[in-house]
Amino acid sequence: MVTFLTRLINGISLGSVYAIIALGYTMVYGIAKMLNFAHGDVIMVGAYVCFFAVANFALPPLAGVALAMLVCTVLGMVIERLAYKPLRQAPSLAVLITAIGVSYFLQNGAQLLWGSNNKMFPSFLSGDALSLLNGDLRVSLVTVVNVVVCVVIMLALTWFTSRTKMGKAMRACSEDKGAAQLMGINVDTTISMTFAIGSALAAVAGVLYMSSYPILVPTTGSMPGIKAFTAAVFGGIGSIPGAFLGGLLLGVIEIFAGGYISTQLQNAIVFAVLIVVLLVKPSGLLGKQIREKV
Amino acid sequence: MNKLKSMSPATRTNFLTYAAVILTFAILQPLSAAGKISPTLQGQLVPVCAYVVMALSLNLTVGVLGELSLGHAGFMSVGAFSGAVCASALQNVIPASGLRLGVSMVVGALLAGIVGTIISVPVLRLNGDYLAIVTLAFGQIIKSIVENLYVGVDAKGLHFSFLQPTMRLGEGGRMILNGPMGIPNISKISTFLAGFILIMVTLAVIFNLVNSRSGRAIMALRDNRIAAESVGINVIKYKMMAFVISAALAGAAGALFSLGQNTIVASKFDFNMSILILVYVVLGGQGKMWGSILAASFLTILPETAAMRDLKDYRMLAYAIVLILVMLATNSPALKGFFARFFRRKEDKTEKGGAQ
Repeated sequence: MVTFLTRLINGISLGSVYAIIALGYTMVYGIAKMLNFAHGDVIMVGAYVCFFAVANFALPPLAGVALAMLVCTVLGMVIERLAYKPLRQAPSLAVLITAIGVSYFLQNGAQLLWGSNNKMFPSFLSGDALSLLNGDLRVSLVTVVNVVVCVVIMLALTWFTSRTKMGKAMRACSEDKGAAQLMGINVDTTISMTFAIGSALAAVAGVLYMSSYPILVPTTGSMPGIKAFTAAVFGGIGSIPGAFLGGLLLGVIEIFAGGYISTQLQNAIVFAVLIVVLLVKPSGLLGKQIREKV
Repeated sequence: MNKLKSMSPATRTNFLTYAAVILTFAILQPLSAAGKISPTLQGQLVPVCAYVVMALSLNLTVGVLGELSLGHAGFMSVGAFSGAVCASALQNVIPASGLRLGVSMVVGALLAGIVGTIISVPVLRLNGDYLAIVTLAFGQIIKSIVENLYVGVDAKGLHFSFLQPTMRLGEGGRMILNGPMGIPNISKISTFLAGFILIMVTLAVIFNLVNSRSGRAIMALRDNRIAAESVGINVIKYKMMAFVISAALAGAAGALFSLGQNTIVASKFDFNMSILILVYVVLGGQGKMWGSILAASFLTILPETAAMRDLKDYRMLAYAIVLILVMLATNSPALKGFFARFFRRKEDKTEKGGAQ
């Protein structure tokens, strides 16, 4: 029972990080209809920035996170402006390959700038926050922070997309860009803003991910990137609550698969579950089923 | 010459593609036999052939069928491991290395085709990006499975086990595939000649498919699925046909590749490998077979040349930048107009075009 609960809590903790990354993926997909494979590498950049801010410049951890968010936000907007914006009308495969090019660029740029050797990410959050069931069940501070940050971001995004002008503009653009433009929405600014938010979230996720898996290399971002992407699809890509749900479920499934079945097959099981879900619900758990019209 | 002119453009392109491949082989083979080409290039001949076949087969899925596949390396992996296991097991049964290579490639192609058939059932029920994600997922699953597969051989035949090497091998038995350690000490039996033959077979298969009734049905599905369906084209059947043929060809390429290496490990055939092949296809042009051949050969050989080696760490960075710039130059309306002023070429009327 205690093992089960511990695993469940670990799963939720990992899932929260996936959910934050998946939110970035899903927002960008919803609005730009592109698979942004460079998103995972923005996570890596965020983690490096925070690492150097704290380790080399002795900034307090929170300032490091803020700096990482700032750098990633700018990076996200620059990438969008230079690489994706000229391809608005291009076939989706061309955009996909460009995103892959950006991903290679970030990985190799990071390798040149910061070297390819492992860096140990300092743990800001050590120790236990809660101790339940007479001390049998410990919940680490990392877990609590992950979950709290994830829920706060999720609520903030929901509020942002449903209440603010910019958020409404985003939803309008994701539904019909042409109509949104006719209503006086600046589509370019809106897309740029979406990339900014997604990248800032990636920076936060990068720091949180590093708190659980502290080995930092230039390819750190790719696996959580693919997993979070899976999570976004799992929940229904383009849907914000879907990304949240998908991320949490994916984290829990991954930890359970590793704990109860086999650590070697952990990833295979995660992807197998994705396939089964897509077969039953072809547009994900909370995705909108779009009817094809002739 | 007149005959060449009187052909239809598509037939002419096919004919010229065959001719170019034969010519390249006719030039390189004697040079390679005489040891006149640099050792680096010599070592790249077989992998280049394998990558060319990979690009051609993926082009069948992406360019002709029009579905994005992000797990093509999975089929290569299946072909590579089954081919290498087969070659190793048959070492004493078939002494002639050429025949053994042929049998191994057929086995690789068959197994990859079977895996492709199994995968195509769920995959082809989906569309667009969801289909791409499921192929990505299958690529990862195949990698995880191969990473945990152990194969041994003894007098009684092949023994398999999963996750742990639990099988008991009889007298004189040996392990072939060691899970995550892959297959060590492969006897290199792949030759440039075999690679050339495989490329020619692949071209023949693809060109004949594309110019057949089935090929036209497949391209109709790509151009407008609903219209095609409404004139009675069986969507699942034709999608599956293209997908499975593509998988089988990738399996043969995998077997060719693995039997030209000293060791292979499952992690070589990961998501990055799928992407690498996809880049060849997109840079070469979707549906254009000669483009895939050129892109795959250049992009495999170029990084190995002396000039590129000097760039060292900047090599991949330069590759990334070139990739982005090429995509921008060929797809961005502003840049397209800019380049059009310099190259006054007639515009490609058919954006996706038939297979050429």
